[in-house]
Amino acid sequence: MAEVKELVKKLSKKYGKTRENLIPVLQGIVDEENCLSKAAMREVAQEMDISAAEVYGTASFFSFLNTKEDGKYKIRVCKSITCDMKGKQELIKVMEDMLKVKLGETTQGKRFSLLETNCIGLCDKGPAMLINDEFFTELTPEKVREILGDYIRNKY
Amino acid sequence: MTSHKLRKVDVIFSPYSVAPYKILKDTMQRDKNEVIQELIDSGLRGRGGAGFPTGLKWKFAAAEKSDIKYIICNADEGEPGTFKDRKLLVEVPRKVFSGMAICAWVTGSTKGYIYLRREYRYLIPKLKEELALYEKHAKEFDLDFSIEIFLGAGAYVCGEETALIESMEGKRGEPRNKPPYPIQDGFLGKPTIVNNVETFASSTMVFRYGAKEYIKLGTDDQHGSKLFSISGDSPKEGVYELELGMRLDEFAEEFGDGDTKAVQVGGVAGFCIPRKNFKDTIIGEGNTTGGSTMIFNSTRSMYNVLHNYLEFYAEESCGQCTPCRVGTQQLLKGIEAVKNGTKPPQYLDNLIKLSETMKLTSKCGLGQSVTNSFSSIVNNFREEILF
Repeated sequence: MAEVKELVKKLSKKYGKTRENLIPVLQGIVDEENCLSKAAMREVAQEMDISAAEVYGTASFFSFLNTKEDGKYKIRVCKSITCDMKGKQELIKVMEDMLKVKLGETTQGKRFSLLETNCIGLCDKGPAMLINDEFFTELTPEKVREILGDYIRNKY
Repeated sequence: MTSHKLRKVDVIFSPYSVAPYKILKDTMQRDKNEVIQELIDSGLRGRGGAGFPTGLKWKFAAAEKSDIKYIICNADEGEPGTFKDRKLLVEVPRKVFSGMAICAWVTGSTKGYIYLRREYRYLIPKLKEELALYEKHAKEFDLDFSIEIFLGAGAYVCGEETALIESMEGKRGEPRNKPPYPIQDGFLGKPTIVNNVETFASSTMVFRYGAKEYIKLGTDDQHGSKLFSISGDSPKEGVYELELGMRLDEFAEEFGDGDTKAVQVGGVAGFCIPRKNFKDTIIGEGNTTGGSTMIFNSTRSMYNVLHNYLEFYAEESCGQCTPCRVGTQQLLKGIEAVKNGTKPPQYLDNLIKLSETMKLTSKCGLGQSVTNSFSSIVNNFREEILF
């Protein structure tokens, strides 16, 4: 709790306490804590002098401001039409098998979340996905095995 | 309607042939009114999709009286099939920043933002390097205009300018009623110009070549060149700069795989054109486009395409206004019901009516444009939706 308080204080000092700094502050918390806990949102509300409902209202609108804890590594596979046509479904199957979770779920120990996302602007090199902020393009089942295998073995 | 042969041009992506920010420096020597008039004369229209005349927007904003004005570069590129703004920010960011700075200079703005979509966060380090170079030159030219990056948080609707502004103010990205327009009452209640990345880059090129030269490109209705993001069943996927006003049959011949069944022009918010209409369709005439062009060959099920679009809409509708929130869900359920036989084929006509009602009653472009792709797919590929 004390840590969250410190973090919120630090971020609101860095960006400012007025409402237009809410999203940068929330993003800062997600970067550090991997999600927006209720405690964190309450802290933000207090610090910025707005209601907690307002904070939650904004947070719940955006797909990158998650209010439920999920994996440290968020795999977002593009599901928009051209990536879909080029075989994203097969890629998801491969990753479901490797991670032993279904699409939308998080592995035990909260290391990986397997998610779908709308167009990520890499359509000319589809199918594509993001793992956190890193992007991967022209994916094939083999390529996905290699990339995800590397994460599983080497990134904690 | 006028058209001409498909022609690749090299205006926006032409290399920087002069010292950094020379166009900005040169333009700042001129008379402000003359600069705005040049942009109006160039016929440049917003390149994000809506197509509002850029010169007029700048003129109106310049006339506003305010202690502070904001310039926002809309890099919330979320339309499925669009990736040209990413390429612009990677390859020619100085043209984008120059456009913003010239806009700031003529309108009297001191603060600019690049609203970057969250999915493009990996672009930030390079952009920051480029921004440092810009700041250095701005100082040299004695221009009081700084540019900052505002990172989005993942919402398609925030590409709509008022939703974008709401989100920058720390609120849910729900579009506002218009009027008032952002040029009167935008970010924090101040006059705000929101232009697409490509619009700023193109305006820089107008000032480099002059309106007289620029207007030679394109047709009577649509001037200049435009970036097209081409994806789907094409051996040549990528971003291409084309002169506006070419016919779709030539386009399909150049970029298709020889088996093109339909082309989606303008992204999910645009129209799906079947092969039989390629000859009569001129890209960029009548309807403006953001440049997303997705090509489908004969192996693709148009039911799957439409289903994918509707899922996208149902998810990305902000939920604020009922026609869009409920309409997108009902259209999706509706085509599923027709497909599995629980509703008769005629039900598709009711669904088209519903989409038309959404066009009339939705608050913003998201809900208003669903009917474009919905009607064009259902009308042209009815049998594929049914069977």
